Amino acid sequence: MADIIVDAKGLACPMPIVKAKKGIDALQSGQTMELHTTDKGSMSDFKAWVNQSKHELIAAREENGIFTFLVKKG
Amino acid sequence: MEKEKSTIVLFSGDLDKAIAAFIIANGAAAYDHEVTIFFTFWGLNTLRKDELVPVKKGLLEKMFGWMMPRGADKLGLSKMNFAGMGPKMIKHVMKKHNALTLPQLIELAREQGVKLVACTMTMDLLGLQQEELLDGLEYAGVAAYLGDASDAKVNLFI
Repeated sequence: MADIIVDAKGLACPMPIVKAKKGIDALQSGQTMELHTTDKGSMSDFKAWVNQSKHELIAAREENGIFTFLVKKG
Repeated sequence: MEKEKSTIVLFSGDLDKAIAAFIIANGAAAYDHEVTIFFTFWGLNTLRKDELVPVKKGLLEKMFGWMMPRGADKLGLSKMNFAGMGPKMIKHVMKKHNALTLPQLIELAREQGVKLVACTMTMDLLGLQQEELLDGLEYAGVAAYLGDASDAKVNLFI
């Protein structure tokens, strides 16, 4: 179970990434965030975003157009 | 850890280009970058308050002020403007797709701590005064911009 769940479903670019940033800012190092999005570019966006940060992408999947990401704060 | 930096010069006063600039700025802020947008020439119109601000001006400055769009909500499109119908159409489509409007993107950028800098030299040329622009801006010239840009990895001119 993630420490915080961020729902960015239905939101267009750049809101999912902005919400993710806000979510991760609220966490302590080692805690996890689960993020839900529907923006079609989400998979590339979040892989790139996590790559550029010290956070870790633990899981990323797509199901029926809904993307779910689990990110651990670095 | 020193924060990474990104800068954007917004030269254009077109709605579509301003939206692109603010989406990138908000994205960079979400990357935890220190972001600067430097507004010059027509880009300054993005920062105008939408109400008429009574300030003392010469005739030429008054004409400029009257002919240029007053604020982010009044900008035209770079393509398919159709005398103002284009922006109405695009705003409708954006609403349908749940995309933020330009005023909302500006608000979000400010909330995320994006630094908005108005170019004072071109403000003089276009006859725009500080009272006519949004509150809380910074005012500077090319040297201040280059100071930020030379520390940054991403520098865009829009």
